[in-house]
Amino acid sequence: MVSLSREAQDKEMGTEDYAISLRNLYKVFGPDPDQAMQLLSEGEGKDEILESTGNTVGVHDASFDVEPQEIFIVMGLSGSGKSTLLRCVIRLIEPTHGSIFLDGEDVTEMDDGQLRQLRREKTGMVFQQFALFPHRKVIDNVAYGLEIQGVSRKERHRNSAEILDTVGLSGWEDYYPENLSGGMQQRVGLARALVHDPSIMLLDEPFSALDPLIRRDMQQELLDLQKRLNKTMLFITHDLDEALRLGDRIAIMNDGEIVQIGTAKEIITEPADDYVANFVQDIDRAKILTAVDVATAEVPVLRQDHSVSGAWQEISETDAFYVVLTDEHRRLIGMVYSHDIRAQLENGSVSLDPLPIHEMERVSLERPVEDLFPLLSTNSSHPLAVVDRDGRLEGVVDASSLVSGLTKDGEVPRGASQ
Amino acid sequence: MRETLVSFLMEYPDDWQLPLAGWVDAITDWLIAEGGMVWDALSYVILFVVVRTERFLLWLPWSAMLVIFFVVAAFVVGPKLAAALSGGFLFIASLGMWDPSMATLAMVLVATAMAVMIGIPVGILMSKYEVLNRLIRPVLDLMQTLPSFVYLIPVVMIFSIGRIPALLATLIYAAPPVIRLTNLGIRQTASDVVEAGRSMGSTSMQLLLKIQLPLALPSIMAGINQTVMMALGMVVIASMIGAGGLGVEVFRGIGRLEVGRGFVGGICIVVLAVIIDRLTQQAIEGQGESHNG
Repeated sequence: MVSLSREAQDKEMGTEDYAISLRNLYKVFGPDPDQAMQLLSEGEGKDEILESTGNTVGVHDASFDVEPQEIFIVMGLSGSGKSTLLRCVIRLIEPTHGSIFLDGEDVTEMDDGQLRQLRREKTGMVFQQFALFPHRKVIDNVAYGLEIQGVSRKERHRNSAEILDTVGLSGWEDYYPENLSGGMQQRVGLARALVHDPSIMLLDEPFSALDPLIRRDMQQELLDLQKRLNKTMLFITHDLDEALRLGDRIAIMNDGEIVQIGTAKEIITEPADDYVANFVQDIDRAKILTAVDVATAEVPVLRQDHSVSGAWQEISETDAFYVVLTDEHRRLIGMVYSHDIRAQLENGSVSLDPLPIHEMERVSLERPVEDLFPLLSTNSSHPLAVVDRDGRLEGVVDASSLVSGLTKDGEVPRGASQ
Repeated sequence: MRETLVSFLMEYPDDWQLPLAGWVDAITDWLIAEGGMVWDALSYVILFVVVRTERFLLWLPWSAMLVIFFVVAAFVVGPKLAAALSGGFLFIASLGMWDPSMATLAMVLVATAMAVMIGIPVGILMSKYEVLNRLIRPVLDLMQTLPSFVYLIPVVMIFSIGRIPALLATLIYAAPPVIRLTNLGIRQTASDVVEAGRSMGSTSMQLLLKIQLPLALPSIMAGINQTVMMALGMVVIASMIGAGGLGVEVFRGIGRLEVGRGFVGGICIVVLAVIIDRLTQQAIEGQGESHNG
């Protein structure tokens, strides 16, 4: 009993600060979930449990926290349990075990009335196949959530028209869903989920049923919407590109279990296991990684007030053909060629000052790597300087650092570092 | 010993017979003896409604009836078909069958109204509770397959001859389709649409009234259409126990070997059937089309 109550205490801790918190969530489908839970706790595998008891483990010990206003992606292939997980959050599917907290409130403890209230006020859900009401006009689809709360027709139509305008559908109020294209239908779906101004959005593969071009538009629009609306989004998808594009953080699910949670970059650069590694291997890393990820710090950096002889000492040990100059606060000034320093040394000059200083292209830390290719190729002899907001040098990007940054760790092609 | 075994195997022993007939007799007797008050009250209500409806239809002059019918039908099915269907009524009047036709129509209308009032709630309950679904389905099968004469007898014993037993017999026969198709229609509502409704915090009553029933409406209307048609069929048979109307003409034709009379009665039933079928059928399709705005 003691251990139980301690477990309960642990669960409660820290959940108030998050919009969504799952703690050890399980969902077992089948004739006897309790028996399956028992076997799971004894360490039996899911396949054996299915065989011996006929129970399917849909979600296995899922825990995570979603920050307010974060877009949190749950990504997995079909059958991985991600849609089940989403439905458990507002108990459209009853979880078998575990707790769900929305803004610190335990959803699993709620009675029917509280649960309805939660769904009416706090959450809005968007569905893969849109799930619009075919017998209602667009405006009445959107207004449904307000209608069931007893909001007057005039007021709910006014709110719905506003939100339809937000998703770019004004003028379509009086059409029926079947007259709209897929993309427009899903806009209605979005508007319907937004009309009661929920703080948490649950999106179940909202763009999977759309064709690729429309899907891309909708993803962009969701990001634009998010800038204005600042919702917490729990977003389910099976599309890794979509996950990487939209997600602040991504949870990868496999066979009912969450195998990794992290930012796009973390998942690509440090996959937790072979499953994730396999999953992300075909991803275009240039779209995810940014300048800071491919920058190298292994270049000679000199302060402007260095002496020529000191400078030569430093660069003679490397085979670099250039030196990056900074001021005393490490702010970038430019670059100097090694051969110029050498010539200066031979001339007997002491100061670096009279040397020709070449401009370096500056890129911010967050600049996507794919933008760097054209910059590098137009300026082939000059590396790019990666600087922070104050202009301080963080590193440089040249062809070799780019190549080694983009290939997986330990697979740096020979000769890449000159 | 051997002979008794052989005769036992050859002839089913009398002792082993199930006295089902006796049981039903006993139940019927008990119902008649003990349920008098209930039956009286029930008959009173039914009789009141049927008689009022019939009187109203007969009170309307044929010309007024035609005009009202045309206007209503034009609203439902459009003026062209409405004119054709009104022509059907005119044909009935021209055969001198106006009064019996109105009596039959009154019975059909009341039976259908009762079937719908009972059937839709029962269908809804069956769709919500699997137990009820399992229990009621065989009963519906029984209601539809049991030869109607079988329950005409006990109904007559309880209510004696007249409109009430006729109406109840009609109800038993005609109610199953609307029950079945209400059940089916609600079960077939797309699950994701229902889930969307739940995700927004609908109560189950809101879910039913605002989503499931509207989406099940075409199916329910198809059920009503079948119920009306079956009621019409049964009303003719029920004429034997006092339903009145067109069936009486048919039975008289048979009884007195007046072929013509029977034929005229039969034709009027067919015309009435066509009118009712077209009207309700069109109402279903109209439902489907209204989505296209």
